[in-house]
Formats: sequence, structure tokens, C-alpha cells
Amino acid sequence: MADSTAASTADSHGHDSHGGHPADPSKRDMLELMASAGAAIFGASIVWPLVASMNPAADVLALSSVEVDLTPIQPGQGIVVSWQGKPIFVRHRTPEEIKSAKDVKLNELNDPQADAARVKAGHDEWLVLIGICTHLGCIPLGNKPADVRGEFGGYFCPCHGSVYDTSGRIRRGPAPKNLDVPQYAFVTDSKIKIG
Amino acid sequence: MAGLHKSEFANPVINWVDTRLPIFTMMQKEYGVFPTPKNFNYFWNFGALAMVCLMVMILTGIFLAMNYQPNTELAFASVQHIMRDVNYGWLIRYVHQNGASMFFIVTYIHIFRGLYYGSYKSPRELLWMLGVVILLLMMATAFMGYVLPWGQMSYWGATVITNLFSAFPVVGKHIVTLLWGGFSVDQPTLNRFFALHYLLPFVLIGVIFLHVAALHIVGSNNPLGIDVKSPQDTVPFHPYYTIKDSVGICVFLMIWAGFVCFAPNFLGDPNNFIPANPLQTPADIVPEWYFLPYYAILRSVPNKLLGVCLMFGSLLLLLVLPWLDTSRVRSARFRPIYRKVIWVWILSFVVLGVCGAHKPEGIWVILSRVATLYYFAHLLVVLPILGKIERPLPLPESISNPVVVRSGLIAALVAAFFGLQAMQPARAESAEIRLPEQKWSFDGAFGTPDMAAAQRGFKVYSEVCAACHAMQYLHYRDLAGIGLSAEQIKAFAASVTVPQGLNDEGMPKEGPGTPASQFRSPFPNDVAARAANNGALPPDLSLIANAREGGADYIYGLMIGFADPPKDMKMQSGMNYNIYFPGHQIAMPQPLRDGQVTYTDGSPTNLAQMAKDVSTFLYWAANPEETERKQIGFRAILYLGFMACVTYALKRKVWAAVH
Repeated sequence: MADSTAASTADSHGHDSHGGHPADPSKRDMLELMASAGAAIFGASIVWPLVASMNPAADVLALSSVEVDLTPIQPGQGIVVSWQGKPIFVRHRTPEEIKSAKDVKLNELNDPQADAARVKAGHDEWLVLIGICTHLGCIPLGNKPADVRGEFGGYFCPCHGSVYDTSGRIRRGPAPKNLDVPQYAFVTDSKIKIG
Repeated sequence: MAGLHKSEFANPVINWVDTRLPIFTMMQKEYGVFPTPKNFNYFWNFGALAMVCLMVMILTGIFLAMNYQPNTELAFASVQHIMRDVNYGWLIRYVHQNGASMFFIVTYIHIFRGLYYGSYKSPRELLWMLGVVILLLMMATAFMGYVLPWGQMSYWGATVITNLFSAFPVVGKHIVTLLWGGFSVDQPTLNRFFALHYLLPFVLIGVIFLHVAALHIVGSNNPLGIDVKSPQDTVPFHPYYTIKDSVGICVFLMIWAGFVCFAPNFLGDPNNFIPANPLQTPADIVPEWYFLPYYAILRSVPNKLLGVCLMFGSLLLLLVLPWLDTSRVRSARFRPIYRKVIWVWILSFVVLGVCGAHKPEGIWVILSRVATLYYFAHLLVVLPILGKIERPLPLPESISNPVVVRSGLIAALVAAFFGLQAMQPARAESAEIRLPEQKWSFDGAFGTPDMAAAQRGFKVYSEVCAACHAMQYLHYRDLAGIGLSAEQIKAFAASVTVPQGLNDEGMPKEGPGTPASQFRSPFPNDVAARAANNGALPPDLSLIANAREGGADYIYGLMIGFADPPKDMKMQSGMNYNIYFPGHQIAMPQPLRDGQVTYTDGSPTNLAQMAKDVSTFLYWAANPEETERKQIGFRAILYLGFMACVTYALKRKVWAAVH
């Protein structure tokens, strides 16, 4: 790094403040350019591994999928599992909840998205969401049957009053977007793999 | 005295800032046009090199601290996490680990430069004393940093060094308790050492700032040791010395990269690959090479307090060196006798280093006493008298009469190199057993572990060794490193039953492994492992190839070395004779025999083949980054070599008018 300072300052006002020496200035210019460019590249190649080291390590990446057994979850109930350190809401929706989610007109929504786009085809009863309010990251209430679920029967964030419906879509309050749906797939009819 | 600075910079933004805070003017004055003697040789690079070291150490250290855990239960494992899982973690750590050695090499040469050319003499006494403070701070920082990985050498190094203070009467015991925060080196010690290891480098920056500030008041010394007499004697610091320092930095970084990428543990100790064990001291306990001379002084005196006093004294005496040396001539070049005795003193320092690396027995005790005697006699007797009786050669009129002498620098570098080499044999000597040296696929700068052999070795490990030996720092996903496909890894992991946290009743649960699972340990804990093995703990094999002198050769030897004991040897019950095991009595019965494992690739399944395969696997397991490391090493060294040529060519151009 000291190298880079040395070379770049050499570039800015280097030409013979002392001695006045005309020999082949173009060659010297070229060398100065190479030295400063080389030092810049070297500096970048030092910074790269340091910055990369702050990204998730191999052990964190290796744990980026989790399997969930759905059999014990009764209609109307939900569970929370931890995936990548985040709460994942897995909710077994009742037929009424599915119906209310499907019946909403898209133009009534703040962040229009059809219910079908938020669940897996043929598995309408399973709603899987990242349980983090899209406003400022609190965990909304509503996954437990006893929780406050807000006026749309979905989720209610106690921090700033965002209200989500039974598809996890934002209906009222300061949150800008629907609750995110994580990447997941059905391994069998009663087991999903998140991530 | 308030008032705006009158800035001369044309750029309006720079001018605006500079008017209010003249840092640009200051930089221009101190590093741009700063008049510097024009006759520096390459010895004058080493201050800049030390500065580069400090920067790199702080930078890498900050990123290491992001992943390190200062907890006795987690520290060792967190270092392995850095080495194995963190992106480029191995690179950052090896740069930092070897950086400590590089920092000391450079600083020692920098100090030698000061000694040889008399840079400590009036008016640079304070500059020199600040330098000694920097050295002491560096030592404290390096010592505490070495404790952090919490290996055996870390732990016992910490124990021995902190115990030095117990030599002082009355207060000694209390000082040691205070340092430890308990009654032995333990959690509080590790935690505070981490805090201080993070703090001290910033204190260093402060003292270095004063060191440089003092330098810019009194000006640099030079190889002739005479004062600057006229502007003809100087050149502006920039570009003359910025470019000359750049050449040195490129060459220096090449050497550093060489250590990091091709011999990262050359300057380390195998014992530090073993987690700290407060109940067992390693057989050979030596400090890092840069402490060896002081360690030898400590041991050369058969009295605890006196030994400790001499050890600290050897450093503290340097503080008063400007007054011990009574000669007014600075450069050794004009002091015919000093010029010789300084080398004797350097020799005594190197001899002390070599003595420190050997067990204090026989010739080493005598040598270290003689060297200690000269070390102190030089400072306390020779220097004061020499200044009075020596007849210096006539000093040149001015600096503008340059004589280029490179022999001193070359001699110092050669001495440093051989000194480092000489400090190594202690460990080879302690082995006293000649291992059956094999040719390994990973030998040499181009070598990489043979994947097929490592895969066979993994089979040997999982079918034989894994019955008793854990490899807790490896995960099944790591096997991609020996060429297993994602499917193979998944299938293998699923075939193993591993702990999976707690079930709904809160009891430990087991289930099929996943690629993310740790290698299954044969025993739930060390107590269970001991109970099942006649009280002997089968060591974890994750790092065994680095944790034993001889590495893969040692493992190979151990596998093939089982034999009937010699008739005159009395074997303890339950022990087995092994030619290559230190002490020859090992609790492990012969694990491998011809035909024990079935190979799918048709390789012969004799003992030698299996031993070689499992050694290759274990070598890979301890150094999974090796292939990538060597590749990066080649690129880095080629690039830096090219940069060294470019900067050198530029330096020639810049200096053409002066020479």
C-alpha cells in the first residue's frame, strides 16, 4: 500500500525537481505509468481477499437449507423454523383463509401479487414466508392461533402496525412490500426443503 | 497565533482544506521536498519496510479479529474456522502469522543499521530511545498475539513469560496474579491479551509518529555519519527515496509472499497445532525465533532473579546506548576497531539465538554464557573505552563524495538468513529418530496432494482410524477438496449417523449426516475416549500432519513402524513397540495390516500403500488450502518480481542525474 502512495505521488509531480535531466522523458513517463498502475492493481488485489472474507463463510453457506416435516401442523396452525438465522413462518391455512386470500382484487393491494404466485401449485394450504416485516425488520405476530392477526386475518407487526393478509401481503401500515417467500420446494407431500 | 494558513496549492479544493488545516502543506514539506542526504544505501529502506509491516499487520489483524473468539473453549477452533471456512481466511492468517516474523527481521536490520552507522548519537538520542520503546511494544504485541491461537506453545509461552515477573521479590507473585486475572493462565488471561493485542498496535502508531517526528527535526543520518553541510548534499525525499523505497518494498513483499505461500509454517512450531492443555507441557518449549536471544540470556544464568534482570537489562541498556558509546564519530566506516567489534556483538546476538533454540545442555550452556558475557561487555566496557582509545579515520569533507558500499547490507542479509536457519535445528535434534522419508505428491513448490491417494486414504481413515480418532475440524463438504463429487459427499454423509441437536423431549438426537455435518466423532467426549482406550486419548487427526515433527513422514513411519520390542527393552503393560514413535512405547496397537481395506481402484492393499495413502489424506486434511495457496504464491511472486523490475528501472531513471 505504501508502494501505491509512493508510485502515484511519483506520477503527479515527479519530473526532476532536482538536477534537470532530459534523458528520454517518454521512457520515464512509461515507467511511472507502469509503476502506478501496477501498484493500483496490487492494492486492489490486497483489498479483494479482505473484503471477500466478510462474506458468509463456507460453514454458513453449507447450512443454507433446512427440511421441515409438515405432518404435525394442523389447519389453522403455524410453526416457526429458523433458516439462515431468520424466522420462517410455515402456516397450514384453513379453506376460509385460502378463499379470502384468493378473492382479493389485485388493484386493492399495495404490492399487487396473486395468492397463486405465493404458494406452490397444488399445495394451496401451505403458506411459507420469511417472518420479517418489510418495514424495519421486526417479526410480525399472527403465526400462533392466539396471536393478534390484524383485520385481514394474516399477520400484524407490533412495531409500527403493518397489517398483512392470509397470503402475507401488505394491506395497511408503513411496510412497503409483501412478506418475502423464501426459496423452497416440496420434497414429498408432507415435507418441504427451504433454501 | 490563530489565523489561516497561506496555502500554495493550486487545486481549489485542496487549497480550501489546506488553508484551514495545512495537512497537504505538511505532507509536501515532510515527504515531498524534505531534504534527505543523497547517499543512503539500501539499509535506509528498512524503516519504510517496517512501516509496511505495521500497516499489513493492522489490516489483516482487524479482519482476523472479525472471526476470532477470545474464549478458551473456542479460540483454537475459531482459528481453524478462519483457516478452513472463511473466504481467504488462510491467506489473511498466514500473512499475519508470518508477518510477525517479517516485522522482526526488518526491525532488527533497521536497528543494526542504526548501530553500524551510529544513528543513535547526538543529536538523535531521543529518536533512538523512541525506537527502543517501539521495539519493546512490538515484543509485547507479538507475545500476546502468539497466545491467541491457544495452542500448546501459546499456552506454555504465556505461562513461562508471565512467570518471569514472579522473579521479583515480594511483588512478583502479585504481579503475575494480576497479569493472569486468576491463578493460572486461563480465560481472563486470554481475553485481556486479545484486548491488549488489539490495542498495542495503535499505541505503536503513536510512538512511531513521535519517532518519525523526531527524525524530521534532527534529520536522517547517512552512511558516512557526517552532517549535511549544504543543499548539494541532499535530494528531495520525493521522488528519490519514494521510488527507492518502492523497489525495496517489492522485493520484501516477494520474500513475505514466499513464506506465506510456500512455507507458511517454517517459522512456526508443530506443537501449536495441538490445542492448549494446561495439564501437560510440551517436551521442547521454545519461544518464537525473534525472542530466542533473550531467552538464551535468561537461561544462561543459574539464578532466577538475575536471569530475568539480565534479560530485561539486555533491552533496557539500549536506551542508554547513546551515552555508553563515547566516540563522537558516528559511522563505523571511520572507526577501524568498532567496525570489527560491532560484528562480534552481532555474532554474540546470533549465537544467543541459536543457543536459545537448543536445550540448555553441554556446549549450548557454555556458548550462551560466553555470548551473554560479550553482549553486556560490549555495551558496558568495550563501547565506553573504545571511544577514548580508538583513532578514527579522517572524515570526508562532505556527503557529495559518495562511496557506495553494498557489502555491509549483503553481509547483514546473509547473516539474517543463516541466523534464521540456525535457529531451526532444535526441533530436528529433539526427534533423534530418523523417519523413513518418502517422496510425496505435495512436495516442492509445484506439488499438490494426489487426489486418488487422498481418496484411498480417506477410505482407510473412515474404515480403520475413525474407530478411535476424531477429525473434528473437518466436515463432509470439505471432501470436495480431494475430488469427491457433491453426490458422493451427500451419499457418504447420509450413510453416517451424526448428532443432530435435541429432540422434542430435549434429549440428544441422532440422524443421517449432511454435507454440512462435522466428521462423526467416535466418542462423545474426551473422557469417554480415554475410558475406551485404557486411559490414553487418541488424538484428533484434523491437524496431526502439522502437529508432529516430520508431518506425513511421521504418520507413514508410525503406520509401518510396529515391531517386536528389542530384548533389553522393558515394555509397560498395554503398550506397543514402534520404531518411529518418540520413546518407542505407544498405546495404539498396530492399526493397519496388509489387505485390511478394500480399494475400489485396484491399487495394492499392502501396508506400505495404505500407510502412504492415509498419510496423504491426513496431510491434505491439515492443509486443505495448499493447492490454491501455491497457485496464489506463484502469481504474487511473479507479479511482485515484475513490479520490482519496473520500479528499479524507474529508480535508475530518477537517480540518473544524481549519480
